[in-house]
Amino acid sequence: MSNLRLLAGPDLSSGAEAFADHNSRLGASPVGGRELIDTLTRSGMTGRGGASFPVGHKWQSVAASKRSAVVIANGAEGEPQSRKDRLLMTTRPHLVLDGAFLAARTLRAKQVVIYVGDQHQAAWAAMARALAERPEPERSLARMAAAPHRYVAGESSAAVHLVDSGVATPITTPPHPRDRGVAGAPTLVQNVETLAHVALIARYGDAWFRSAGRRGAIGTLLVTLAGAVKRPGVVEVEAGTTIEEALAIAGGISEPSTAVLLGGYFGAWVKASNASELPLDAAALHAQGLSLGCGVVGVHPASRCGVCDTARIMRYLATESSAQCGPCFFGLRALSDACSRVAERGTNREDIARLKRWSVEVQGRGACKHPDGAVIFLRSALNTFSDEFAAHPAHWRQQPA
Amino acid sequence: MSTTLLWYTTRGAGAVSMVLLSGVVVLGILSALRVQTAGWPRFLTTGLHRNLALMTLVFLALHIVTAVIDPFTHLGWLTAVVPFSSYYRTIWLGLGTIAFELLLAIVVTSLIRGFIGHVAWRLVHWLAYASWPIAIIHGIGTGTDTQSAWSIVLTIACVGSVAAAVGYRVLRGSSDPLASARSEFRAGIARRPEQ
Amino acid sequence: MSELHLTIDRIKCDGRGLCAELLPELIHLDDWGYPIIAPVPIPNQLAPHAQRAVASCPVLALALKRTIRSK
Repeated sequence: MSNLRLLAGPDLSSGAEAFADHNSRLGASPVGGRELIDTLTRSGMTGRGGASFPVGHKWQSVAASKRSAVVIANGAEGEPQSRKDRLLMTTRPHLVLDGAFLAARTLRAKQVVIYVGDQHQAAWAAMARALAERPEPERSLARMAAAPHRYVAGESSAAVHLVDSGVATPITTPPHPRDRGVAGAPTLVQNVETLAHVALIARYGDAWFRSAGRRGAIGTLLVTLAGAVKRPGVVEVEAGTTIEEALAIAGGISEPSTAVLLGGYFGAWVKASNASELPLDAAALHAQGLSLGCGVVGVHPASRCGVCDTARIMRYLATESSAQCGPCFFGLRALSDACSRVAERGTNREDIARLKRWSVEVQGRGACKHPDGAVIFLRSALNTFSDEFAAHPAHWRQQPA
Repeated sequence: MSTTLLWYTTRGAGAVSMVLLSGVVVLGILSALRVQTAGWPRFLTTGLHRNLALMTLVFLALHIVTAVIDPFTHLGWLTAVVPFSSYYRTIWLGLGTIAFELLLAIVVTSLIRGFIGHVAWRLVHWLAYASWPIAIIHGIGTGTDTQSAWSIVLTIACVGSVAAAVGYRVLRGSSDPLASARSEFRAGIARRPEQ
Repeated sequence: MSELHLTIDRIKCDGRGLCAELLPELIHLDDWGYPIIAPVPIPNQLAPHAQRAVASCPVLALALKRTIRSK
């Protein structure tokens, strides 16, 4: 595709692009500064970590404080189906680092932390090697930190908590990290893909960023295509590209599909018939009550049981609660148990009623969004697989996806 | 006020304080363990715990003031404040002073709990487990009434009920239903060496 | 116009349940003993009760927040 931006350049299979090659291809990174914040605000870019928070707004909040900031490049990528952050760190580490150091200079940061999931060994190695290639004072400003292999470790307050105390569990917000983060300093926690976009916007400007995008959406984004897809993996598409168009890049679907899990385990099920025309754009999806999340499109094959897969994912999300907040820990466990009972022993009215009641009650009652993500996922399952939930036989048709 | 009346008041208020304080300790433990029945809601336990604690201070004030102004003992106000400064029953009165000051710290921090935060408040509150036994030893050691039957019965009842409550608490372990799951999760993500 | 709201620090809250006893009009407990707060501003006549519920929380997880609402 001609409109590749983040993934333009040498073949991805050749591994990490060296610092010299990166600079000769794109030119050296600008210095950054106040005007970059305005450029980012005008670009309209939103964060690619899952929450789709406006980037310019976040930088403005951090810059508003008199204290010097901390920058955390978030490459935890705990979402099981997502691959895009890993791919980016493994192949274009200097785009991520450019973005991180642009943020550091713009926000007068005294510390940059490259936060990488400790199970992503290739990404970790590439980032560490890339960091060693950077000149001073960048090199000594930054350090690597390992995100434990848990779902909540990528949550921004959990990243702050890890840097502060070594414990990657979420903390109560407000205050949000952008106001009071690492050691009380305003902290920019930004997904690595977002930082890579920043590196290009700083070079080419906001108008250039806006020149990509379809159906009113702006920019490009990385999407992970998973499940029943001919060539599963990461593609870069223009925002606003439909799911069907994105799947076509990967050779289309590999078998008939009933539903798509959009946004990963934190996202929502959508019936396949409704999904194909959906645009991959955070704002447009939000308007429809959906979420792009971190850009995962999981194609669910008709041969698998939606109820059983929902039960399996609910069990995963329940065990990923960090057991800090009662409604999340007990609520998700009870929901997961009820789901598993329906999957194993068949539909019963009591459990369906419980699923409906609890999935509403639990929402909004955690320090972080973990319980919210889980119950939004579950409610979408009850909608999308309503027929299957209403008459589920006593089977447990599931193997790890 | 006659010396005799002062003396009786000191001893009586001391005994009442012992009973009240023991009740406060037991209620505190029951509250931490979330003991509750249909007819006994939880706010009753904590409310009673708080109010009995304040009442204990009143009786302790009576106990201390009457002891100090009693011309027979010549204790002086310093004794009420500085432990082991009394010539009279130095050790036993000193323990009483310590127990009182610990209790005062516990009550004052509870009244300003919102300002000092939960963690600091809780740390100070653990001092109850020092204050109460010191107070009991003070009572037994000072000894005016130690031999009398009513005093023996009261002391045994107080020690017995607090010991039972403490034992129950130790056996029950943490009352936070999330405690074990939380520490399990944290152990699973214990910090790894950074590179 | 300013409104009074109850907020809970969900990490501190360990489900003692005193708040639901003291302010049943606005707080009830879920199946695991953790409070669910009615998503409405606190009516004036309940403000003292809300205050008492806040003061009685054994772990200081409950708080009153005044928010200014422009009409």
